[in-house]
Amino acid sequence: MITVHNLSKSYNGVTVLNLEGFEIPKGQSFGLVGNNGAGKTTLFSCLLDLIQPSTGYIENGGVKVNESEDWKTHTASFIDESFLIGYLTPEEYFYFIGDLRGENKADVDALLANFEDFFNDEIIGKRKYLRDLSKGNQKKVGIVATLIGSPDVIILDEPFANLDPTTQIRLKGIIKKMASDREVTVLVSSHDLQHVTEVCERIVVLEKGTLVKDIITSPATLKDLEAYFAGNELVVE
Amino acid sequence: MVKQFLSLEWKAFFRSPAFGTNLALKILMVFGALMMVLYLGGAGVGLYFILEKADLEPFSTVNTFVIYYLVGDLILRYVGQKMPVVNIKPLLLLPFKKTKIVKFALGKTVLAFWNWMHAFFFIPFSIVLLAKGFNPLGVIAWHLAMFCFIYANNFINVFLNDKLWLVFSVGALFAALGFAQYYGYFDITAFTQPFFQGLYEYMWPVIFPIALLVTVATIAFKYFLARLYLDAGLAKKVSEASGGDLGWLDRFGKQSTFLKNDIRLIMRNKRSKTTVFMSVMFLFYGLLFFTGAVEVYDGPFWKMFAAVFVSGGFLFSFGQFVPSWDSAYYPLMMTQNIAYKDYLKSKWLLLVIATFFSAILCIPYIYFGWDVLIAVLVGAIFNMGINAHLVLLGGAYIKTPIDLQSGKKAFGDKSSFNLKTLLVSLPKMLGPMALYAIGHFTVGPTLGYALVAIVGLIGFAFRDKVFDQIIKIYKTEKYKTLAAYKQTK
Repeated sequence: MITVHNLSKSYNGVTVLNLEGFEIPKGQSFGLVGNNGAGKTTLFSCLLDLIQPSTGYIENGGVKVNESEDWKTHTASFIDESFLIGYLTPEEYFYFIGDLRGENKADVDALLANFEDFFNDEIIGKRKYLRDLSKGNQKKVGIVATLIGSPDVIILDEPFANLDPTTQIRLKGIIKKMASDREVTVLVSSHDLQHVTEVCERIVVLEKGTLVKDIITSPATLKDLEAYFAGNELVVE
Repeated sequence: MVKQFLSLEWKAFFRSPAFGTNLALKILMVFGALMMVLYLGGAGVGLYFILEKADLEPFSTVNTFVIYYLVGDLILRYVGQKMPVVNIKPLLLLPFKKTKIVKFALGKTVLAFWNWMHAFFFIPFSIVLLAKGFNPLGVIAWHLAMFCFIYANNFINVFLNDKLWLVFSVGALFAALGFAQYYGYFDITAFTQPFFQGLYEYMWPVIFPIALLVTVATIAFKYFLARLYLDAGLAKKVSEASGGDLGWLDRFGKQSTFLKNDIRLIMRNKRSKTTVFMSVMFLFYGLLFFTGAVEVYDGPFWKMFAAVFVSGGFLFSFGQFVPSWDSAYYPLMMTQNIAYKDYLKSKWLLLVIATFFSAILCIPYIYFGWDVLIAVLVGAIFNMGINAHLVLLGGAYIKTPIDLQSGKKAFGDKSSFNLKTLLVSLPKMLGPMALYAIGHFTVGPTLGYALVAIVGLIGFAFRDKVFDQIIKIYKTEKYKTLAAYKQTK
């Protein structure tokens, strides 16, 4: 579904991302982990054609993302709050996204009905603008909006950050459900090793812009990753 | 401690992202300030002699009108002077006394250009008074009083911030008083003039302005101090969502999605509301021309200039910032399945509808003759046919993010300053003026109007061509725009 070819990105001579290439097959749930500055968001931004790679390219559904815009019809994403329209209420925002994705109000309402628990009665029907919601609630809105119009590719940057424990667990359930659908390719980045190993079939570790691990998740993966990230742990006496 | 504050301010100023990129604007602002200083200084030196020449008693005339000067200053401050709330949040946790923070913030306002620019008027004026043999002690008392009033305005503005209705009512009240005075119904200055004059003659009333200044400064200090909490003065305001589902817009088909958004954008954000307010003010701009109030505007083609402005207020003030209005969520727009053409068409539709309504609101201009109404209507056609395209074309080059939540800066935003936009905007005004002049001086006004209207109508035909061009610019500038919008203020 998604293929990365010799992708690199540098700013003023400093390389922040350098990937030889890999492929994400259709239906895979793909987890991206790495410390701050590892290049996770840069990779996602390249994938969404929000920044131009210095070399190489990414193909999404057979089209080069920086040449054609056809990938937009089957891709949904939530990276940060710049994907929300602050002066809309959550409902208006969902309908707006629905309009863009060819879903009418009834379709959107039907989808939203599944997320009553997830929203915890803090989002729908509150007559509040998105800009006035808490960070966690904003995130919930952004994540659910990616599901509108049944996209084939869903990209979520740090979906677990800023969420309360209950919501994190519910979100895990939602992502697992998406991942179990063999039609939907899910890409998730996270700092939370436990969450990401639970929801993703495959995990790629980035460090300073390069791919250092590419593993199919198994029961040993969490320990493996923890050992990797603890590697140069400082011993404090 | 003050040293640390000062160093923070210094860094905030020189490290703000706007600093380097907007040098041209800074220069322009300095230039504007210099002009202001020149005007005020010129008035300070010359006013006495001008009034003398006009057979008025200079000092008492100044004392008559000084009340309007002071109220005008207050209103201008409300519109333009920024409040010193910057950088306060991080300071709250540090071991500074709160009173110290407030003192520093207020102290900063004391140094504002808004205050000392008046010195350029009052100091030379007082010197002229002394030179003319006025009693030195009286002049000093009067001067001190003016100083107190100006600074009282400065502090009033601190706690006036956000009380829009109050400022409007004061402004409206004094506009009404001005009219009443002009037409001789009621003269407020009959009461205020003796007071200001008395400051000079008896000197002791100077204690009133001093008392006022002390009171107002204390109130400002307390007001500020009491609001130094995250849930009070530093809080973000939460507003209840308003407006229906705008279903009636569905008739516009594909564009309705964006049109709905734009209407909500306009209704729910401070910045866009200010813009709409400004465009309403534009409607009255024609009065300057058609009443003959300003002599330089009496040439025949100036009529066309006014006509374009009158109906084009919204077009110019809102249109020039497309697509920056959407800057806060531009990454969303760029990753959604959006056809640029629909997006642009919806903006275009909005501009055309607004121009159309402005033209209808302009019908009362018929009071100044058919001629004027025709000019306005023809100007509106040109606005819809040509200027709507040009404005969108110019906007494609604008890359300054708009902070929808801040009402300030709507007057002469730096983002409007850009060589390319300037080049694109020239024909908006000069075009119709030139066309009209060609017709006017060859055959007559009728041909002038006809030419403007015809070119406007031709513009409609080329709409899609222009859109293709704009889309191309949008596409080539996409990454730069995204990166620029990411930088917050």
